[in-house]
Amino acid sequence: MLAPINSIDPVISVRDVVVVLNHQAVLDHVSLDVVRGEVLGFVGASGTGKTVLMRTILGLLPKRGGTIEVLGVDLGKAGGEQRRAIERRWGVLFQQGALFSSLTVIQNVQFPMREYLKLSDRLMDEIAITKLEMVGLKPDVRDKYPAELSGGMIKRVALARALALDPEVVFLDEPTSGLDPIGAGDFDELIRTLQQTLGLTVYMVTHDLDSLNEICDRIAVLSGGKVIVTGTMATMLECEHPWVKEYFRGKRARAIGAAQAHA
Amino acid sequence: MAILKGVHEAPAGGFHGRGNTSMSVALTGEPLLRSLAQGDYLRLAAVGSWTAQHASDLELQVDSAVAQGNSVNRIDLDMAGVDNIDTFGAWLLERLLRGFAEADRRITIVGMPDRFRGLIKEAHQSNRAVPGDAHEDVLASVFALLWRAFSLMTRDVLLNVEMFGALVLAILRVLIRPGSFRLTSMVHHLDRVCWRAVPIILLITVLIGAIIAQQGIFHFRRFGAEVYVVDMLGILVMREIGVLIVAIMIAGRSGSSYTAELGSMKIREEVDALQTMGLDPIEVLILPRIVALVIALPILTFLGSMAALYGGGMVCWLYAGMSPDVFMARLREIISINHFEVGMSKAPFMALVIGIVASVEGLQVKGSAESLGLQTTASVVKAIFLVIVLDGVFAIFFAAIGK
Repeated sequence: MLAPINSIDPVISVRDVVVVLNHQAVLDHVSLDVVRGEVLGFVGASGTGKTVLMRTILGLLPKRGGTIEVLGVDLGKAGGEQRRAIERRWGVLFQQGALFSSLTVIQNVQFPMREYLKLSDRLMDEIAITKLEMVGLKPDVRDKYPAELSGGMIKRVALARALALDPEVVFLDEPTSGLDPIGAGDFDELIRTLQQTLGLTVYMVTHDLDSLNEICDRIAVLSGGKVIVTGTMATMLECEHPWVKEYFRGKRARAIGAAQAHA
Repeated sequence: MAILKGVHEAPAGGFHGRGNTSMSVALTGEPLLRSLAQGDYLRLAAVGSWTAQHASDLELQVDSAVAQGNSVNRIDLDMAGVDNIDTFGAWLLERLLRGFAEADRRITIVGMPDRFRGLIKEAHQSNRAVPGDAHEDVLASVFALLWRAFSLMTRDVLLNVEMFGALVLAILRVLIRPGSFRLTSMVHHLDRVCWRAVPIILLITVLIGAIIAQQGIFHFRRFGAEVYVVDMLGILVMREIGVLIVAIMIAGRSGSSYTAELGSMKIREEVDALQTMGLDPIEVLILPRIVALVIALPILTFLGSMAALYGGGMVCWLYAGMSPDVFMARLREIISINHFEVGMSKAPFMALVIGIVASVEGLQVKGSAESLGLQTTASVVKAIFLVIVLDGVFAIFFAAIGK
């Protein structure tokens, strides 16, 4: 059952996590909390380990030390059954979509439902179409294969699949990369709408300053294997760390700021 | 609410047969939609979690409520008892409302919590498109299937012919500008398909030669004609078995890897990248591979044939007690250069067929992992089939010219 809604309980709680890859500490005692119902944007320079942390939380990479709690369960200690119960309650959007290439769009969206729920075919079809329409696709894409879709459509189908079981937490790995600015803006809006209607908690790895500005409630910055600062956009703009300063107040950021001031 | 509790245990009159049965099924799960029918007035109370976990029970209860709704005029739905709702619950609510709307029943919803509204609005907008007519004529679909099979086959033949043509053009271009031939690439592929294939080819042909000799000795012994085993072994290996076994092995070993390589390059748009740089994929990727194969197959055929004779000779010596001197003398007597030429002359043509089929199939790969597997299988199956057909054609040809 769903946990009682409590605004202070962290949905994801990462404590002192150390991850070593190829004899190099990629994450060095990282701690991070994600609160229920918020959109957390996770930024950092390329290759600093943003995706590594996400994959470690998801259990795709082993950690050397520290604890990771998701929805109140310590994943390091959880048994198989408990783990699967947690996996049912999160959805993941991979950077390249990671759709099953031998299944059609609707089969991809139905895949988690088929595995976890016993539903009639009619209901599964209707729910899958509802999900596809929620992410802004037309129902006539249902029988297409992933190879026949454009990049933006793949992201949308992947999001529909991530949302298939109505998860409480959604992990998004660079959701807007590879989309044109208009498409990326639409996608941001879509995530915001879905987050509000479904009451999702969103953990978003991104590079997109627009996304960070538009939809993130809080931003966490990873640098040198540590989370150096977390907070709202205003906190970021006040931060004096050189990388954060360059990132949020650099040339590109100023251009965006100027455009917004103009509008 | 107090009135509604326990109502489902004593259903009021006016249930349809279907309503009754699905109601009893619905009762096995947790009640999520309680109903009370009073004459032409139906009161529904939604309770509990309308979420994915209960979707299966909820669906039955919603469907039976829709059936009940057919016999009444006025319907009230109280949503106040719902703790939480997700897309599954929102959609089933929408299905309930649509069921009533279809039967032209008036429904009043009370107590809808505000936090559900966004989701319910989403569900309300979805599944609006009318699905296309799925009606199909059986006879027509059988003909359509046959037609598709026929057109696929014709397309296959055309693609192979087209590849052959493209290959000839590429060869001509290379002959005009010899510098454009990818010698390094060709040597690399020669190493892979020829040099690295030697151990396995030798092993298998030795065994095949030994088996043929053993079977020959075993059966010829009854007629006291053991010495003719050498005739059988020599002619069979030189003319047919040597080249055929090697060609089939190479189709499985190198043809499949060509298809898989070209296919994954196609998936990752490497082939397209070559084309946009003004390079011809046939010249860069396919010509070196096929040339390597055309050089490799005769060499491997020669080695394989020798190994098969060696294996057969060993069996004659160890199993039938025929000394190597006798074996060699007999072999010299019956094998003319003709037999050797017939076998060897087939090899390059078989290599060409394997190479062309593998390349065509590789370039047919589309996007998915499944397609790659499918085309690799098709490549091996077609190459082996064509190699055997080609062998038959050669047999007819050599018989006609009396060789």
